[in-house]
Amino acid sequence: MYDGGKIITGIIIFLLFATFPFYYNIGKAHVKPDPKLDTPVIKQLKEKKCVESKAYMRANHMQLLDKWRNQALREANRTYRNEEGKLFEISLQNTCMRCHSNKQKFCDECHNYAEVKPYCWDCHFVKEAKEGGAAK
Amino acid sequence: MSMDRREFLKIAGLAGLGLGIGAGASGWIFSRGLEASDFIPSPGALTAKRWAMVVVLSKFKTEDDYKRVIKACHKFHNVPDIGNPKDEIKWIWTDTYEHVFVGQENEYLPEAFKEKPFPLLCNHCTNAPCVRVCPTKATFKRKDGITMQDYHRCIGCRFCMAACPYGARSFNWRDPRPFIKETNPTFPTRTKGVVEKCTYCVELLEKGEMPKCVQASNGGLIFGDLQDPNSEVRKVLSENFSMRRKAELGTGPSVFYIIGGGEEDV
Amino acid sequence: MFEKALVGGRRYWTLVAVLLAIIGIGFLVYLKQLSYGLGITGMSRDVSWGFYISQFTFLVGVAASAVMLVIPYYLHNYKKFSKIVILGEFLAVSAVTMCILFIFVDMGQPMRIMNVILHPTPNSILFWDSVVLTGYLLLNIIIGWTTLQAEWKETAPPKWVKPLIYLSIPWAISIHTVTAFIYAGLPGRHFWLTAIMAARFLASAFASGPALLILLALIVRKYTSFDPGREPILAISKIVAYAMVTNVFFFLLEVFTAGYSQVPGHLGSFEYLFFGLEGHGKLVPLMWISILLAFIAIVLLVIPTTRRHETTLTVACIAVFISLWIDKGFGLVIGGFIPNPLERVFEYWPTLPEFIISIAVWATGFLILTILYKIVVSVREGIGPGEPVH
Repeated sequence: MYDGGKIITGIIIFLLFATFPFYYNIGKAHVKPDPKLDTPVIKQLKEKKCVESKAYMRANHMQLLDKWRNQALREANRTYRNEEGKLFEISLQNTCMRCHSNKQKFCDECHNYAEVKPYCWDCHFVKEAKEGGAAK
Repeated sequence: MSMDRREFLKIAGLAGLGLGIGAGASGWIFSRGLEASDFIPSPGALTAKRWAMVVVLSKFKTEDDYKRVIKACHKFHNVPDIGNPKDEIKWIWTDTYEHVFVGQENEYLPEAFKEKPFPLLCNHCTNAPCVRVCPTKATFKRKDGITMQDYHRCIGCRFCMAACPYGARSFNWRDPRPFIKETNPTFPTRTKGVVEKCTYCVELLEKGEMPKCVQASNGGLIFGDLQDPNSEVRKVLSENFSMRRKAELGTGPSVFYIIGGGEEDV
Repeated sequence: MFEKALVGGRRYWTLVAVLLAIIGIGFLVYLKQLSYGLGITGMSRDVSWGFYISQFTFLVGVAASAVMLVIPYYLHNYKKFSKIVILGEFLAVSAVTMCILFIFVDMGQPMRIMNVILHPTPNSILFWDSVVLTGYLLLNIIIGWTTLQAEWKETAPPKWVKPLIYLSIPWAISIHTVTAFIYAGLPGRHFWLTAIMAARFLASAFASGPALLILLALIVRKYTSFDPGREPILAISKIVAYAMVTNVFFFLLEVFTAGYSQVPGHLGSFEYLFFGLEGHGKLVPLMWISILLAFIAIVLLVIPTTRRHETTLTVACIAVFISLWIDKGFGLVIGGFIPNPLERVFEYWPTLPEFIISIAVWATGFLILTILYKIVVSVREGIGPGEPVH
């Protein structure tokens, strides 16, 4: 083999790089995310249901939020009529976070686990959160 | 089967393209789902064909009249007070006649008039230069004439700031949050790197409320539909002489100034 | 062919290492800008574009100037440019890359840059600028690389390059026209609102770009075995002379319109730049240096003896480059913002971090140029049995 040393070094560097996620996370015990729904507002709800079904929200809340913001801000449609015909004011801060006031135990729980960092919180507040409240 | 490097690259490229199209298509399929839901304007919202504002200068008598209006706006919208002119952010502010109506100054005007502050805000131009230049439609025109700013989409190129002939736009040169004394928890802040300005309080109009500055002005600011002949703005405009800033540029500003004239004092 | 960039002498690697070090420092400062925000620069609410955008504007001109070699060589069959035309094309590659980087470091939300493509907005000049700049970059990479490869293999370039070369001519004009339109279409900015802006941009581009090219050709000749020859340099120096005179003429047209009409809006920025306004005059010395250098350059370029003499030509080219850099890479953009739309004066001066980031972008461009020119020189050294090989 020509330049065997260089090639083998190259392969080793590549393997080290490609397997980085594995050895970087060795020893970090990951707890299964367990989002909490026990906020005072939710506890008082008679029918504990979000704007859409739990399954839909779990899978598609990001697409729904994206549509919400475009409709509210760009199309002046600030009311959402869900599958059952119920009306909701479109507002992350005033509608979503009114029930889910426990951002850390609800949003961050899964977002941290999945290593996603939505920039919602750069601008939107969480009422009871401490200063900043950014997803860390 | 043997293949040379060129052929391998071609096949690999095509395969990559195929994968990309497949991933895109599946994303599209999975993102659909809700059929019956829809979006509607909020019931009870104030609507208009063309929102406009009239500044009745005679109603601004004391320093407090200006301060109250500015504070109402800036407090509600979480506008930071950074405290230096370089990084300053303002939605509504004041300046004197010679700076507001550039080129119309006249050294023989009454001294009191020369020093009188004029409230300034975004003119929500009919033919807005900022909307024309924005490369992402982050700033855009609503059907009711409001020039809106989408902070989610703004890339912070600041072309709109160069285009605005009224200096109505502010850029977040740094994180605004540490400079907001009391935050209004019902309204978001902005993040560093986006442009912001007055929005005629769209979020309040859609709840059936007048803009904050109008509410706080004790009649100094009148807000209404320019296309409705029976609206209050049309009434005051038909009864008084009014001016608009730099109307000669063809921007069609929708903020009108009634400067003394028929009123008792200036 | 790229492997030629991987072998080189000590001087080559030292240069590459120094440039990489500067880029590294600049990158660290950029990370700081990313976390703090653009407030780290001298830009403000009133002067909302500064050093970055003015460097971008200047470098678009440098990029467009490649066409001044392409036209004589490909349209008029001026064979003497055969060796040097590739230097122009690769200079364009380096300059456009710097342009794109300068726009990028100027953005408040750089991670959202793809919004320009995701939400295409044909009424925005910035949208078209991104289209023409990327197009011009691709054109010059493809044309330069293919023709050089053909030269290396000692064959004729493939036929499909010809149409691309012809396309690159109007495209070069378009990049600087569109860049001028960014400024020339804004109501309320009197200094920029002028129909002659694009023409002025092109004139200054065809002076500053070829002047830089002469300097680069002389440097390449000094440190490598590659000799572009005397005649092409003399031909380019004539281009610089004509373009520089045209540029100054256009500038004087602006001065006349503002000065004779006496319209305050038109006068404001000129007053600020050359005499200072309301006690503010940070740019005044720079602007007069620019005028002085332009004057020296024109004298040296117009007199045939000094234009043909290499030392005086070098001085003239340096003077052209610096004069136009001050004029377009600083005064034109900053001057347009002062006084502001409310006729108030708020000044601007770049900060140290802003300056370091800018230097790093220049270093990136120079690194690309170094590597591309190294390949050109190595290819040239490999061919032509009559030529000495160092």
